[in-house]
Amino acid sequence: MARTLRIKDHWREQQLFTGRLIVSIVIVLGLTGLVIGRLVQLQVHQYEYFSAQSSGNRIRVQPIPPIRGLILDRNGKVLAENTPSYQLEMTREQVPDMADTLRRLVASGIVQEADLPELKELLASRRSFDTVVVAERLTDEELAAFAVQRPHFPGLEIRARLGRSYPYGTAAAHVLGYVGGISADDKKVLDPVEYAGTTHVGKISVERSFEAELHGTSGHEDVVVNAHGRKMQMLNRVRSLPGRDVILTIDMNAQLAADAALRGRRGAAVAIDPRNGEVLAFVSTPAFDPNAISAGLSRRAYLALQEDIDKPLFNRALRGQYPPGSTIKPMVALAALHYGVTSPERRVGCGGAFSLPGSSHRYRDWKPEGHGSINLYSAIEQSCDVYFYTVARDLGIERMGGFLTTFGLGHVTGLDIGGEQAGLVPSPAWKRKAFRRPADQVWFPGETVIAGIGQGYLLVTPLQLAHATATVAARGQRFQPTLLRGSRNSATGTIEYEAPKPLPPVPEQDAARWDAIIEGMHGVMHGPRGTARAVGLNAPFQMAGKSGTAQVFTVAQNQKYNAKDVEERRRDHALFVAFAPLDAPRIAVAVVIENGESGSKAAAPIARAVMEAYLQGTTLTASTGTPAS
Amino acid sequence: MNTPSLGISLEPRSRVEQGFSARVLRFLHLDGWLLAGIGGVLIVSMLALYSAEGQQLDDLFDQVARMLAAFVALLFMAQISPAWLRRASPLVYALGLVLLILVLVTGDIGKGAQRWLDVGIRFQPSEIMKLGVPMTMCWLLHERPLPPSFGILVLVALVIFLPAAMIGIQPDLGTAILIILSGAVVIFLAGLGWRYIAGIAALAGAAMPALWLVMHDYQRKRVLTLLDPESDPLGAGYHIIQSKIAIGSGGIFGKGWLNGTQGQLEFLPERHTDFIFAVIGEEFGLLGTLALLLLYLFIVGRGLYIAAAAPDTFSRLLAGGLSITFFFYVFVNTAMVMGMIPVVGVPLPLVSAGGTSMVTLMAGFGILMSIQTHRKLVAR
Repeated sequence: MARTLRIKDHWREQQLFTGRLIVSIVIVLGLTGLVIGRLVQLQVHQYEYFSAQSSGNRIRVQPIPPIRGLILDRNGKVLAENTPSYQLEMTREQVPDMADTLRRLVASGIVQEADLPELKELLASRRSFDTVVVAERLTDEELAAFAVQRPHFPGLEIRARLGRSYPYGTAAAHVLGYVGGISADDKKVLDPVEYAGTTHVGKISVERSFEAELHGTSGHEDVVVNAHGRKMQMLNRVRSLPGRDVILTIDMNAQLAADAALRGRRGAAVAIDPRNGEVLAFVSTPAFDPNAISAGLSRRAYLALQEDIDKPLFNRALRGQYPPGSTIKPMVALAALHYGVTSPERRVGCGGAFSLPGSSHRYRDWKPEGHGSINLYSAIEQSCDVYFYTVARDLGIERMGGFLTTFGLGHVTGLDIGGEQAGLVPSPAWKRKAFRRPADQVWFPGETVIAGIGQGYLLVTPLQLAHATATVAARGQRFQPTLLRGSRNSATGTIEYEAPKPLPPVPEQDAARWDAIIEGMHGVMHGPRGTARAVGLNAPFQMAGKSGTAQVFTVAQNQKYNAKDVEERRRDHALFVAFAPLDAPRIAVAVVIENGESGSKAAAPIARAVMEAYLQGTTLTASTGTPAS
Repeated sequence: MNTPSLGISLEPRSRVEQGFSARVLRFLHLDGWLLAGIGGVLIVSMLALYSAEGQQLDDLFDQVARMLAAFVALLFMAQISPAWLRRASPLVYALGLVLLILVLVTGDIGKGAQRWLDVGIRFQPSEIMKLGVPMTMCWLLHERPLPPSFGILVLVALVIFLPAAMIGIQPDLGTAILIILSGAVVIFLAGLGWRYIAGIAALAGAAMPALWLVMHDYQRKRVLTLLDPESDPLGAGYHIIQSKIAIGSGGIFGKGWLNGTQGQLEFLPERHTDFIFAVIGEEFGLLGTLALLLLYLFIVGRGLYIAAAAPDTFSRLLAGGLSITFFFYVFVNTAMVMGMIPVVGVPLPLVSAGGTSMVTLMAGFGILMSIQTHRKLVAR
């Protein structure tokens, strides 16, 4: 029976096939529907999403770093600029024979044999169309040598990159600072968008403080890249805006004079315009070469700088704290006049030493035989210690310290560059806080006495001393010291000047009292017995000044001080403050020379040199308002 | 007497009305409708390839040359009458088996798989089996009553799985699956009982875990990648992610010919071969992909019409089998490119660059044309 059914039945088979064909058509249409559904899902419903993904794939935003602003002195001299440095770059895919090219580069002396393995590794790690720096900072000789052979080096290009350079080198190093590669700490404070293409950032001093002005505004370039990151086409370009040029108050004549005079010594000189607080010179020696640091120092070279016993990285003008010594005397004298403790006419007998009642301790005068009967003018002119021991005792530490504070001592002046030290004006309250042992927390009357000649706990920075001297020159008018004269739009040349920032004046209105101390300071320079009269000789203008000598360590009682016996670094610090011209002061200077021994001999000539350079330099260039371009 | 049950009036006009081109087609045993559909797809292929290959005319000419070679294969197959073809089927199958064995023993390794045989020109013997398997099955089923008996089914299963297994271990899972699929289509058209179908489906479901165990690592990865392409965006998932971006970003109207950023900027891998559908989707948008799908459906439809009109079991099953298998090629490739099924190395038929699959496909269309044109001669 089964057999009979297995006969081929064409009609039935045709029917069966037709049925299956219909089912197949349904399946075909069903699957087509699925495909179409998916297409609609991708191309209609998710179009926005995939379109964005596609753009993200192909468009890359490349930052264009801005050109850093220049730094100029008050007369338009360029202190920091951007100079091209030449480097040799290689594009791997354009080099026909890599091994041969490298061999010839070594032969020509551009690449060192020892650097080859590192270079090869670098080349291998980059994409074939990326450019790789083969040699940095090419010398003129290398540049010329390569230029001649260039046709034999396909795939190699000389490219100029802008580097920071400081034409005056070490002379303005501490005021300008330097730039360096952006560190992890820098990244925390910098705007990642603005600094996306920037490689260097200001590290210290002016370069750091005026980073916002100098940096400029980053631009960007939207480019189409392919899957391998190769640039195919540029869509859009937003140019970067160069940073503003920063015009400093520094006068390079004065700065260079101070630097030249201080060279070879450890010290600092700060000059300030008493009329507005503008810092005219700001020198700390020894200094470092900002060109070398900005270009990138090796770790060893940097350590050598850090460990140098003369501390070239230490900004003495800003952070060095020294006892002011006798430079404080004009201010103490004014305090004494102010509180009626003394008068210009009062005479004090100086027998070479001073003792407090009920004490056998002798406070010695620098002149062992004494100055005899001496008034205020002579006490300043000859720097009589006994006179100031006497007025200090009569003033008391509270009144004296309080009055000194009104000159800006004991707290930071607020100079635009950070890191300033505050110095110290001691007081019984300070002593109670500063010392732990109860026996040390007591203020002794003897400490008041030595404070009167600027010794003891009193500490000032050269910047503070210059500021206080400027305040004396301006007869109590105070301005916050500043390094920023203005800034210039480098595209339009328009300059915006900064206005002077007045500070609370010294509370002494009586012109006669100011005259008294200024006369004394004039005597120092030009009087018959002035301590610095040698320096005042033949000066083209009248000056006022005051020398100071600060003890580095205390000489034991009754023991003769012998400079030759003391190691050089234990010698007294030499200080000098001065301003000029006497009638209408335009510059006030403070000079500190570590272990310089004598203020009037070591420091005073430097002060005069700075003032002369400034006053004569500025008279030569009549207009100081518009910087020469 | 052998009136097709689908009595649609698509019979040729009376010979008196036929023009010159119709007579040429008739003389060459070509089917005008099918030829028009194929021509349409080939034009799309040329446009897409020119764009995908970085607008290199040389590469395009290479592919046009392959198209011409494939057309010669079509012409050749169209001249062989179905009766001759039926008799030659077991020989083709036997030849295919021998070559497959040769590949396993000596074959070239291309992209980590042994698929190629170098006999003057490099070709993949598995391609022969794409035609050889359905032909041999149709030959087996031709004289026997349908639906097939269990004994025939076992025989047919052997015909399918012997070459499929050999191709699968090359390993070329995609082609193996397509060959199994082509066999399955024929046996389905032959009237395989629904119970069998249900049984096989159940068996296949149960075999899935076992299949997982025998799969190569890269094959497993492809399956996993399908489920979550983002898990490996730069590795195995990269293809799917990039092709979905290409198609999706094309939108309704596309980015325009030669303007597809995914393709032109080389984000899209394999863009001139397996992933060319993404290029079309990106540059021509939904309108372009739908148009291409319609062209494919037109070809499949014409093939199914030929099957319906075929005079004998062999012709009928073979025409139906080849047409539906062709559709599955289209489906597997497009679904793969859009991330609906795992990545299997199946080109988009007639569009992807490459010679071997093109020749096979065109030879298949030659068979369809032979069935269509020789039927009329017989009928007359």
